[in-house]
Amino acid sequence: MQRIQPESIQDIVDIVRSHAEARRPLAIEGSGSKSGLGRPVEAETLLSVRGLSGITSYQPDELVLTAWSGTPMREIWDALAEKRQHLAFEPAASALYGSGNEAGTLGGVLASNLSGPRRPSAGAARDHFLGFSAVNGLGEEFKAGGKVVKNVTGYDLPKLLAGSMGTLAVLLEVTVKVLPEPEKQRTVIVPVPDVAAGHRCLTAQLCEAFEIDGAAFLPAAVAARSSVDLVRAPGSALVAMRLTGSPVSVADRCAALRAAIGMPSEELHSMRSQALWAEINELAPLLPAEAGALWRLSVPPASGAKIAIALGQGEDWLMDWGGGRLWVARQDPSVDDASLVRKAVATAGGHATLVRAPDTLRRAIDGFPMEAPLALLKRTKAAFDPHGILNPGRMYREL
Amino acid sequence: MLTMPALDEGAIGDRERIAADLARLVAPASVIAAPAALKAYESDGLTAYRQPPLVAVLPANTAEVAAVLRYCHQRKLKVVPRGSGTSLSGGALPLADGLLVGLGKLNRVLEIDYDNRCAVVQPGVPNLAISHAVADRGFYYAPDPSSQIACSIGGNVAENSGGVHCLKYGLTTNNLLGLEVVLIDGEIMRVGGRHFDAAGYDLMGILTGSEGLLGVVTEVTVRLLKRPPTARALLAGFASNEAAGEAVAAIIAAGIIPAGMEMMDKPAVAAVEDFVHAGYPLDVEALLIVELDGTAAEVDELMGRVQAIAQGKGATSLRVSQSEQERLTFWAGRKAAFPAVGRISPDYYCMDGTIPRSKLPLVLTRMAEMSERFGLKVANVFHAGDGNLHPLILYDANKPGELDTAERFGGEILKLCVEVGGVLTGEHGVGVEKRDLMPAMFSEVDLAQQMRLKCAFDEHQLLNPGKVFPTLRRCAELGAMHVSRGKLPFPDLPRF
Repeated sequence: MQRIQPESIQDIVDIVRSHAEARRPLAIEGSGSKSGLGRPVEAETLLSVRGLSGITSYQPDELVLTAWSGTPMREIWDALAEKRQHLAFEPAASALYGSGNEAGTLGGVLASNLSGPRRPSAGAARDHFLGFSAVNGLGEEFKAGGKVVKNVTGYDLPKLLAGSMGTLAVLLEVTVKVLPEPEKQRTVIVPVPDVAAGHRCLTAQLCEAFEIDGAAFLPAAVAARSSVDLVRAPGSALVAMRLTGSPVSVADRCAALRAAIGMPSEELHSMRSQALWAEINELAPLLPAEAGALWRLSVPPASGAKIAIALGQGEDWLMDWGGGRLWVARQDPSVDDASLVRKAVATAGGHATLVRAPDTLRRAIDGFPMEAPLALLKRTKAAFDPHGILNPGRMYREL
Repeated sequence: MLTMPALDEGAIGDRERIAADLARLVAPASVIAAPAALKAYESDGLTAYRQPPLVAVLPANTAEVAAVLRYCHQRKLKVVPRGSGTSLSGGALPLADGLLVGLGKLNRVLEIDYDNRCAVVQPGVPNLAISHAVADRGFYYAPDPSSQIACSIGGNVAENSGGVHCLKYGLTTNNLLGLEVVLIDGEIMRVGGRHFDAAGYDLMGILTGSEGLLGVVTEVTVRLLKRPPTARALLAGFASNEAAGEAVAAIIAAGIIPAGMEMMDKPAVAAVEDFVHAGYPLDVEALLIVELDGTAAEVDELMGRVQAIAQGKGATSLRVSQSEQERLTFWAGRKAAFPAVGRISPDYYCMDGTIPRSKLPLVLTRMAEMSERFGLKVANVFHAGDGNLHPLILYDANKPGELDTAERFGGEILKLCVEVGGVLTGEHGVGVEKRDLMPAMFSEVDLAQQMRLKCAFDEHQLLNPGKVFPTLRRCAELGAMHVSRGKLPFPDLPRF
């Protein structure tokens, strides 16, 4: 595959247009950090947006940042940290989804709708994606959304582009909502005998007004792999609940939460708390790096324990989002096993995404789940990319 | 004047037959065809426009909605969906040759699922009724448009409604988990559920705020939040709009995201105080309401910091709510701002642009100049935290030409919003009202891209035609245009 990295919008327009006219497929990527996510794209040419890089506008007190899609996440995080702001949806800092050990580009984070442990309280990437300019599959440059935090003018195309994995358009410039970084964080950890007990604890406390913005369960073997001493110390499974905000608020809520739990608990303060949530977000070193197949399940939070019991193998799994997200490593990367995972999730009313697997399995199935009628998805794709040249097959075999 | 799509004379001539057909699909009493009865539906919250529908139908469940849409699809009959009819942009304005589908009978809260912190409701349930249904357990539904006592959750989804608390808690789109939608061919589609995030393309994201152009919402799963233990509001008066604007910027720059941050200018404060007696100071040029929520200690601490910032920016008066009653009174004033202005003027026209907040002084100055030029007064209420401006233009529809002047004034304001880097509408939607201004913000290519998405859902453009897009093109034509774009085979031929 020939990799091209144009440095101007016009070059991108020309490349896409010529490929559209010739009906030749194009693989689209930022830095390639998520190349393992989804189906491998069969194309002779790979178009990288990495050449369009840099923050074009950042106004902290307007809560918006605009940057070229190829801007490295590291550059975005550094600029935000300087103003004590952050991306509240907490995209993972390491390459969970493929090759290389970097966080990738802002465009890649948005195109794959990546979100971290704070998602239930702060929203996903899609909730912070305000506007963009892009090149559609005909080589036409267009824009949608806006550069302000509140906007309902026209269809909310940023929502549709978020998570579309480069199959609808090539992102050029993107605008995201940014927020003040919480001043302080603490994590309450509660050793529990098993996932059922852990899940009961999470559900009970999430139904109270503690404003928990991280709610995970780690099986004993997973907790034992943590770099955080206090997480390893109990030698058992445990529940972790993060509280963030002003120092007074965090201290108050932490005391109230521990009182409400009614079981022995421990507190992780700033550094330890940050280290644990980075591990939960990046999965390293908690889950084995070379598992057969790694799945990301999104299920109703109250169903988390049931699904974990049905699918968790050898304790190579963990639960986040209060039960709403499960990371499950399956030993057997086969099509049959994939069907088994999808069936178990379907009974609870949720979906499963294949995040990491050998190419044979990635080619054999649709890595992404599908909830809408295929015909409608095809028409939606065709509305942006009528010749099907942008990342064909990346999400679904037929798209 | 507003141009609508070419009239379907066939449908108009066939009204009785259509009504009879519909009476076989839903309960006969749910079909309204008598002209006197149809007048009840002739307008929504944008009362400047009125048009009774061809026929109105009030389906009672999803199956009836599907049957009605399937019928419309087969007969190529236009359809306008309607919730409670509170749209301020004419989103539910009927068509003379189209069916009006009212969702008011789908008005039940179907399930409250505390363990998943969500509620499943039918589209006709009023926004505030959801919060009422879960109040005993201390939960609520966050988006709170000022019309929340009346506006339906289905309409909120269609318009992606906001409210005074959306700076911290988001718009409708950020508070949904699942939708059941009937497509124009009658197919019933479910997207989302009780889990987070879309499976594949985020169709829920695109349906939300699509103003009834992509499908009809028949069930909504909303997120429920636990009500914070404490909420208090601050009233801060300032001697100028600039000073109030600077205070808002300084609060956010200090890392504080208030639950709500509202600003009113002097004419708005005067109108509201006279109406609600909320205790607003009348000797200020601008008034801020800042609400903080969280634990008691947190609210006390942040309130201290916000007061210090306001003082530093020259606040001339500061008052913190001392009770829940008083906090609600502060808000009662703001939430009644539109009707309050309605008392001091025979008519008013409410605008809804969003601007980068730093441009507020410039926009207010230019607006004052326009007010002089057009000879119409203006009162401003402003979701200050997120830059969403609601200028209320005062006019008298009984004076010849004043409505037209008010609309031209409003159009200029919205173009100004776009010019300074903002957008035409922050929460009210495009509807018919801002439809013809869309080219101020979007190029022809931008709009064609959006219209092609419309065509993916509704090839014959039967759902709410005449809304959002300034010119309607047949879907086949959009397809043909894009295939040959850049290399039109006969560039000299006129295309329309």
